[in-house]
Amino acid sequence: MVASPDTITSAEAAALPWSRRLLLLTSRLWAWVFLALLILFFVVMVPLFSGISFLSVRNSQNILIAIVPVLLLGLGQTFVIISAGIDLSVGWVMSLASVLSALALRNSFNAGVPLPFAVILGFLAAVFGAGAVGFVNGVIIAKLKVPAFIVTLGSSFIVRGLALLWSENTTVVGLPDGVRAYGNEALFYSIRGDHGGFYIFSPPTLTGDMLRQMDRILSWPVVVTIVVVAIAMFVLHRTQFGRYTYAIGGNMQAALRAGIPVDRHIIKLYTLSAVTAGIAGFLSTLQFTAGSASIGDPLLLSSIAGVIIGGVSLFGGAGTIIGTVIGALIIAVLTTGLVMLNVQAFWQFIVVGAVVIIAVLIDQSRDLIVGRHAGGSEE
Amino acid sequence: MSEPILSIRGVTKRFGGLTAVNNVSLDINPGEVVALLGDNGAGKSTLIKCVSGVHMPEEGDLVFEGQKRTFAKPIDSRAVGIETIYQDLALAQNLDVPSNIFLGREMKHRYLGGLVKTLNDKQMLREAREGLKALDIIFPSLTQPIESLSGGQRQAVAIARAVYWKAKLMIMDEPTNNLGVPEQQKVLELIRKLRDQGTPVILITHTMPDVFAVADRIIVMHRGRKVTEKRTPETNASELVQYMVGALNDFPAAA
Repeated sequence: MVASPDTITSAEAAALPWSRRLLLLTSRLWAWVFLALLILFFVVMVPLFSGISFLSVRNSQNILIAIVPVLLLGLGQTFVIISAGIDLSVGWVMSLASVLSALALRNSFNAGVPLPFAVILGFLAAVFGAGAVGFVNGVIIAKLKVPAFIVTLGSSFIVRGLALLWSENTTVVGLPDGVRAYGNEALFYSIRGDHGGFYIFSPPTLTGDMLRQMDRILSWPVVVTIVVVAIAMFVLHRTQFGRYTYAIGGNMQAALRAGIPVDRHIIKLYTLSAVTAGIAGFLSTLQFTAGSASIGDPLLLSSIAGVIIGGVSLFGGAGTIIGTVIGALIIAVLTTGLVMLNVQAFWQFIVVGAVVIIAVLIDQSRDLIVGRHAGGSEE
Repeated sequence: MSEPILSIRGVTKRFGGLTAVNNVSLDINPGEVVALLGDNGAGKSTLIKCVSGVHMPEEGDLVFEGQKRTFAKPIDSRAVGIETIYQDLALAQNLDVPSNIFLGREMKHRYLGGLVKTLNDKQMLREAREGLKALDIIFPSLTQPIESLSGGQRQAVAIARAVYWKAKLMIMDEPTNNLGVPEQQKVLELIRKLRDQGTPVILITHTMPDVFAVADRIIVMHRGRKVTEKRTPETNASELVQYMVGALNDFPAAA
C-alpha cells in the first residue's frame, strides 16, 4: 500500500464543490434512480403500446416471481464476490438441486411419506446436495489455493454431468399434485370486481370469471426469497461473518494477520453460495412441479449481471445486499417491460449487457470524482 | 537497569546458502526506542521477522519477559504482546477505523443466550475514538473507509490498534516511508508518545533524521551481523553511515 499524494482525505471530500458532491451522491444512488426511471418509463409506455397497465397487481407479482431464482443465485454470489472470489457453478448447482429435490420428493412420496414431509425431504436434498458441492469448491479454493474461477468452472461441468445423469437427461416428472400449491399459492389473494375482496392464506372457492379476476400476492417462493434476503442482509451487515467477508475481500493479508480464520471462512462462503442456489432449485421444482437440469444454467450470467449492476465490486471488498436486490429488480423490470412493449426477446440481452457495462463505468467514475485511482485496491 | 523486555540471543537465520542474520544478540529495555539501522539487505527485516513469528530462526533464543519463546506463526508473537506494524500496514482499506482496530476481535451483542451475535459497532466506535484521543489523534470522521485517509493517518490507525490491544513491544518497519514531511513528524511524535507511556519500540529504518529524532539507542547491522550498538548522544550520522557501509565494525571478532 503506497500512500499517494493525491489520496484524498475525508475532510477534503467534504470540501468538494456541491456540483461534484451531487455527482458523487448520484453515482452512489444511481441504481435506485435508474430503477425508478425504468419503472416510470414502462408505466408510461406499456399502456400506450398494449393498453394494459405495467404496475398492475398481476404484473408486479409476475416480476417478483421472475426475480426469485436470479436473486437467490445473486445473494450467495454477493458474499463470494465481496470476498474477492467468484462462483461460476451456481447455475448448474441450482439445476442439480432441482433434480435432487424432485427425485427425493417423488420417491419418498411414492414410498408413503406424507406430502409435507416429502416436501421437507425435497428441501433437504436440494440444500445438502448443493451445499456439498459448495463445500468441496471452498476446500479446493481455500486449502489447495486453486483460483476460484477455475475451481467453480470445473465443478460446474461436473455438477452439470451429475444433474443430467441423475435426471436421465429429461425432466423429472410424476411429482404429487399437491406440490403445485407449495410453489404457486400465495400469502394474499385479491379478487377484483363486484364480489371481490382480499384474503389471507387461502383463496375462496371460485369458478370461471371470478377465478380469472383473482391475483395471488406474494406467492410462497417470493415469501421464502424475502426471508432469505432479510437473513442475508442481517448476516452481511450486522454480524462478524459479514465483517470477515468484507475484510478478506479488502485485504486478505490484513485478515490473516488479524487472526481471522480465512480458509474456514472461504469454505463457508462457497457453501453458502451453493446453498442459496440449492434453495432456488428447490423453489423451481415446487413452482413447475418438476425437476429440471436445464433450469439453472441460463440464469448464471443474469445473476452475476444483477450483482454487478447492484454495485458489488469484482475486485472484492464492496457491495450490499440491497444493491443486489435492486440489480435483480432492474433486470426483471427490463425483461418484463421489453416483452410488454412487444420488443423482440433478443433485445433484452443487448440492453442488459449495456446496463452491466454502464454500471461498472459509473462505479469507476465515482473513484475519479473523489480523486482515487480507478480499479479498487492499490495493493 | 531493569530486566530487558526482549532479549535476542545469538539468532541466526539462513535461506539456503545465504545467511541473512548471523549470530545477532540484542536487548530491548522497557520504555526505550531502539533504532535498527542498516542498508538494504543488511538483515534487519529478517531479524525482525524472526521476532514477529514470520520466520523461525535456525539458531539462537528469543527471550520475552524473561521467558524463552518460540514463535511459529505471527499470531503466536501477537498473543504475547508483540505487535508488528508492517510497511503495507495490514489494514483493510475498505473498512472504517473502528472495524480495523477491532478486526478479528470484534465486540458483539449477544441474543438468545449467545445463539445470535451481532456486531456492536457503536461500542467499537466509542472505544476507537477514546483510544485515538489518548494518542492525540483526531480524524474528521471515523466511519469512512480508511482508503479515504492519508498515509500518516493510516499509520496512526495501525499504531492505535496496537496500543488498544495493549502491545508490550511495538515493532515498526519503515513507518515514515512514503509519507509527507508533516505526516512523518506526526508519526515520530506518536513513537515518542508510546515510549512516554512505557511501550518500547523497535524502529527499523534507514532514514537518519528519524533515528536522531526519536531513538534512545541505535543498533547497526551490516551483512547479517550486528556491527555496533550506541546510545544516540554518543554518535552522529556520518559515523553511523560508516558502520552501515561496513567501514567500521565494533565486533570484528565475530567475523
